[in-house]
Amino acid sequence: MLLILGDLGLNEGAHLLLKRALAGVAVGDVVLVEGSAPELAVHLRGWCRAQGHEFVDEGGRLQVRRGSAQSGRWRGAERAGEATKVVEQANPTWGLAGRSATVEAGAPSFDFPLRVRDEVWAEEAARLYAQAAAAQWDPATAIPWDAPIEHPDEVEDAVVQVMTYLVENETAALIIPARFTAQIHPHFREVMQLLAIQVADEARHIEVFTRRALLRRPRLGLSTAGAQTSLKTLVDEPDFALSSFLLSVLGEGTFLSLLWFLHEFAPDPITSEVARMAAQDEARHVAFGLAHLTHHIQADPTLKERLAMAVHRRHDALAHSAGLNEEVFDALLLLAAGSWQPDDLRRGWQRIQKLESDMDEGRRKRLQRLGFASGDAAQLSSLHTRNFM
Amino acid sequence: MSNTIIMGAVAYDPKVVTIWDGFKAWFKERGLNFDYILYENYERQVESHFKGHYDVAWNSPLAWLQVKAIAEKLGRKAEAIAMRDTDCDLTSVIVVRADSEIQSVEDLRGTSIGVGAGDSPQATLIPLVHLAEAGLSPEEDLRVRRFDVLVGKHGDHIGGERDAAQALMQNEVDAACMIDGNHLLFGREGTLPSGATRIIAQTGTYDHCNFTILDDAPKPAVAQFRELLLSMSYDDPAVRPLLDLEGLKVWKEGRTDHYALLERAVARFKTIDGFVEDVASRCS
Ligand SMILES: [Fe+2]
Ligand SMILES: [Fe+2]
Repeated sequence: MLLILGDLGLNEGAHLLLKRALAGVAVGDVVLVEGSAPELAVHLRGWCRAQGHEFVDEGGRLQVRRGSAQSGRWRGAERAGEATKVVEQANPTWGLAGRSATVEAGAPSFDFPLRVRDEVWAEEAARLYAQAAAAQWDPATAIPWDAPIEHPDEVEDAVVQVMTYLVENETAALIIPARFTAQIHPHFREVMQLLAIQVADEARHIEVFTRRALLRRPRLGLSTAGAQTSLKTLVDEPDFALSSFLLSVLGEGTFLSLLWFLHEFAPDPITSEVARMAAQDEARHVAFGLAHLTHHIQADPTLKERLAMAVHRRHDALAHSAGLNEEVFDALLLLAAGSWQPDDLRRGWQRIQKLESDMDEGRRKRLQRLGFASGDAAQLSSLHTRNFM
Repeated sequence: MSNTIIMGAVAYDPKVVTIWDGFKAWFKERGLNFDYILYENYERQVESHFKGHYDVAWNSPLAWLQVKAIAEKLGRKAEAIAMRDTDCDLTSVIVVRADSEIQSVEDLRGTSIGVGAGDSPQATLIPLVHLAEAGLSPEEDLRVRRFDVLVGKHGDHIGGERDAAQALMQNEVDAACMIDGNHLLFGREGTLPSGATRIIAQTGTYDHCNFTILDDAPKPAVAQFRELLLSMSYDDPAVRPLLDLEGLKVWKEGRTDHYALLERAVARFKTIDGFVEDVASRCS
C-alpha cells in the first residue's frame, strides 16, 4: 500500500493518515510512505518505534511494517452494556466509562458499592432528571429580593428562626445525596445525574433561606441539639434504600407540607417565594425516592419490613431527644399568626394544627403507595420524627 | 524450589518502583522470585555488579560498555540477555532554529551547541562523536554547553534534552541534540513549535538499554527470567500497563553489535577509562 503525504509532516498531523493507512493493512504488511516534509524520515523512525511498528529506510524509500500492538490492545475489551438499557449488575471494571463504551481489558476496578440495578434504579429517573434540568432557577432573579418587609420586628425574628431551622435541614438534604452520588455505579447514569442535580437544588435552597434570614438581621437564629440529633440519624444512615426512605419519602415529603404552609402564610412576599421555589424542587426529590423504592420493593418484597424497622429504630434513637424545638414551633406559630393579637394567635394555632395533620396525611398516602396497609402506614407516620425532616 | 533472581536498576524517576513492583508481582505468579536493588547512579550499580550484589543489571548503553570493559580487564564475560524493542536502532539529531544560517555540520564551526548530561549517550556522546568524526572537535571547534540534569543517570531522564531544546529556542545556543523521537515529542508538547527548527544532521543508528549478566549469574534463574521476559505479550491486559510504563511493546533478545557508535565516542572522549580502571582494580 502506498501513502502519499505531500508536504504534510508527522509534526503537523500526518500521523493520522499513517494510522488510517496502517489500519487498512494486515499486521506484518507494509505501507510505503511518500512525502516531502523535511523531517519525515527522522520522525517516522521515532514514531514507529514508539508505536511498535517496524521502520525501514531503503535508501530513501520509507516503509512502515505494521506491528501487532494496536490490535493487541483491544483484544479482550468489553462493551460496558448497551446505550439505552441498564444491566442487573454493573461491572466494577467498566469504571467511569459511559454505557456502551468499549473498555480496554485491564482497566482498573472501581469500588462503587451501589452497582445492583434494583437497589438504585427507577425508570422515571431520566424523565425526572430532564424535568429537573429544565426547572433550574436563578436565586438572584427568581426571588423578589427588593419586595417590602413591613411586619413587626418580632415576626421578622420568627422568620429568621424558621430560616435558621430550614438551612440545617437543607444542609442534611445536600450532604446525603452527595455522598450516595459517589457510591452509585456510573452505569446507572440517570440516577447519578438526578442525585447530582438534587444536590444543586439543595445548594440553592441553602442559599435563598440564608439570604432571606440575613435581609434584616446580621446573623441566623438558634440551632438546637434536638434538631441536629434528628438530622444526624439521617446523615449517619449508610444504606441507600433506608436513607432515601427516611430522607426523601418521609422527611422531604413532610417538608413539602411545611414549605407550602410557609408559602401561604408567610408575612412577606420574599419568604413566601423562597418557600414556593424550594417546594417545587422538593416535589421531584420525593417523587424519585418513591419511584426507586417502589422498584426496589417489587424486586425484593422483604425491603418493606426493613423500611418499617428503620422508622422504629429512628424513633427509638430519638425518643429521648427534644424533637421539634420550641423556638421553631413558636416562631412558626407567630409567623402563621402574623401579629400578637389573641385572635390572630388562635388562627395561627389552628393553621399549625392543620399543617401537622396535612403532614401526617401526606406521609400515610406515600407509605400506602409503597404498599403499606393503611393501619401500618398510620402507625409508621405517627412514629416519624417530630422534627419534620 | 523456585528460582530467585535479583536485579539492579537505577532510580532515575519515582515511577521505577511502580514498574519493578509490577514486574515482581507478575514474575511471582509465574514461579520466579524477583527482587530488585535500586541505585542512585549507574557507576554504583556497575561496581556492585562486580561485587556480586545482584544477578542481572538493567543497564544504560554506557553502563553496558563500562561492564564490558571492566569484565575484559578482569578476564570475565558480560552478556546482554534482553532489551526493549524501543531500544533498537535509535538515531540522534542535531537541530538548529529554522531561520539560522547554519545549513550543515561544517557551519557549526565556531558556534555553540546544547547537549544533555555529560554521560548521556543519546544527547551528548553520540552527537558529539558524530561531529568529531566529521572534523569538528568539541570545545576546540565549537562551544559545548551541557544541560546536566541528573548526572550519573546516563541521560535516562529526558530533562537534559528538553533544557537544551529550550535553550535553542531562547537563542542561548545555536544548535541542540536529541533523540529522533524526542524531536517529534518536543514539537507536540510545544517546546519546539513545528516549523521553528530544522534538522541539520542525523547520527547513525545505535541501541540503548539492555539486561546485562556476568558469567557467574545463576543459570536456571537467568534462563527463567529471560524466558518470562520474552513471553510477555502486549495482548495480555495484566502485562500491558507494565510495558506501557516501561515504554516498550515487546522484549527482544539482547544484541551487542549496535553499540559501536557509542564505543567510538567513549574511546575518543575517554569517558569511562578512569572509572573502568578504578573498578577493575578494586574488584580484581
Ligand atoms: Fe431542599
Ligand atoms: Fe430535597
